[in-house]
Amino acid sequence: MKYMLLICVERGAKETGEGPTIEQWLDEVEGKREHGSAFMSPNDATTVRTRGDEVLLTDGPFAETREFIAGYDLIDVADLDEAIRIASRHPCARIGAVEVRPLEKED
Amino acid sequence: MSIEAVFRAERGRVVASLIRMTGDWDLAEECVQDAFAQALERWPRDGVPHRPGAWLTTTARNRALDRLRRAAVEATKLWEAALLTGPDEPGDDSGIRDDLLKLIFTCCHPALTLDARVALTLRTVLGMGIAELARVFIVPEQTMAKRLVRAKQKIRNAGIPYRVPPAHLLPERTNSVLGVVYLLFTEGYARHGLTSEAIRLAGTLTELMPDEPEVLGLHALLLLHDARRATRLDDAGEIVLLADQDRSRWDAGRIAEGLRLLDTALRRGRPGPYQVQAAIAACHVTATDTTDTDWAQIALLYGELARFTPSPVVELNRAVAVASAHGPAAGLALVDDLTAGGALAGYHLLPATRAELLARLDRTDEAAAAYRDAIALATNDTEQRHLERKLAEIA
Repeated sequence: MKYMLLICVERGAKETGEGPTIEQWLDEVEGKREHGSAFMSPNDATTVRTRGDEVLLTDGPFAETREFIAGYDLIDVADLDEAIRIASRHPCARIGAVEVRPLEKED
Repeated sequence: MSIEAVFRAERGRVVASLIRMTGDWDLAEECVQDAFAQALERWPRDGVPHRPGAWLTTTARNRALDRLRRAAVEATKLWEAALLTGPDEPGDDSGIRDDLLKLIFTCCHPALTLDARVALTLRTVLGMGIAELARVFIVPEQTMAKRLVRAKQKIRNAGIPYRVPPAHLLPERTNSVLGVVYLLFTEGYARHGLTSEAIRLAGTLTELMPDEPEVLGLHALLLLHDARRATRLDDAGEIVLLADQDRSRWDAGRIAEGLRLLDTALRRGRPGPYQVQAAIAACHVTATDTTDTDWAQIALLYGELARFTPSPVVELNRAVAVASAHGPAAGLALVDDLTAGGALAGYHLLPATRAELLARLDRTDEAAAAYRDAIALATNDTEQRHLERKLAEIA
């Protein structure tokens, strides 16, 4: 099954220095991670809404919160237990949170 | 055994096998319901079969096969039907036991909310009806039905595996299962009827995981607690304290079984919080009265419990045991520490315990004030009346 890991951290969160580094984590998920990337700052985001004929733009992320999405990883694994294990070892799980979202199945 | 009793005993196993075979929770439950309906028709006429569980599983399986064949226009459905005709015969007991364990672990998966775990376990494993579940949890039937649908949807959509967890996950996941059983039991005191379901589930787990000492420990704990059920309230529904309970009315059968389970568990040499709590309950049920009770041992056990699950409520219980073992002044010192700590602010048993110890030290005015604090904080009428009686006794 495919899962999107949404990497959420708070502004100004500092790494704890414990657990696997991002390089070690990437080694561990070799062959299971289809792609992924860190994002530029939410300050650089542009939110787009089309209403009727009008395209409305907002400077910033679609929801202004203390926590923001700092990156994503798309993984293909056996089940939720494996996805949880991989998410729990991501360095940002220690300082923020990782939302594990199953992708809609293709029929 | 009545047909009703057979259904109750077998339903979890039959549903578990059908889910494994079809991979479809709703289809499994519907086909099991159909099989029960057939049994209700035939068994009174032909007699209950020699192996009712196997009969029900085969009948439900045939029903599922039938329905899948009829719907087998899509390739995936054909594949499911093929699975059903696989070599896995429902007569194999070890497979069926394994299925039930898979079902229990899946229902208690920590990615589901605790409410969902409890409802799903009661419904799917123990076969409780939706109307009954709704009554027990004091929510409308529709809400309960929605909660169950949502939980089953998440199991399917999020890819929660239908299996007994592998070794590295087993201790953590077993705790999640035991937590659900324990919650059923403690909630069961307030909500009639759940205690026996909790004990039934604990018994099933003991049968399925006889080498897990905490499983046996929890089963023992529930039996030893439940042995005293008949004496906890008097005929008028008022609380009867342990010291005043009629010990001859404690359930000797449950006590013997609980002690035997606890003994087996402790011999494995891997203690845990449920075994410690069962050991505390064992100290109470094996004493002839409260003066004969080994309070020093109980105080030590509460200290041990605090190491596994640190909590101010455990500390309060330890204080009560210390007071009984080493005198009210020693207990009061611990209670005063807890009061100063503030973690139990608002919990009526803290001032109630303080009042009790102050009264024993003949500090009557302070005791009365503490009882009044406790009465103001008590959350139900039975407790309030009990405290008012205690206040009247010292006034």
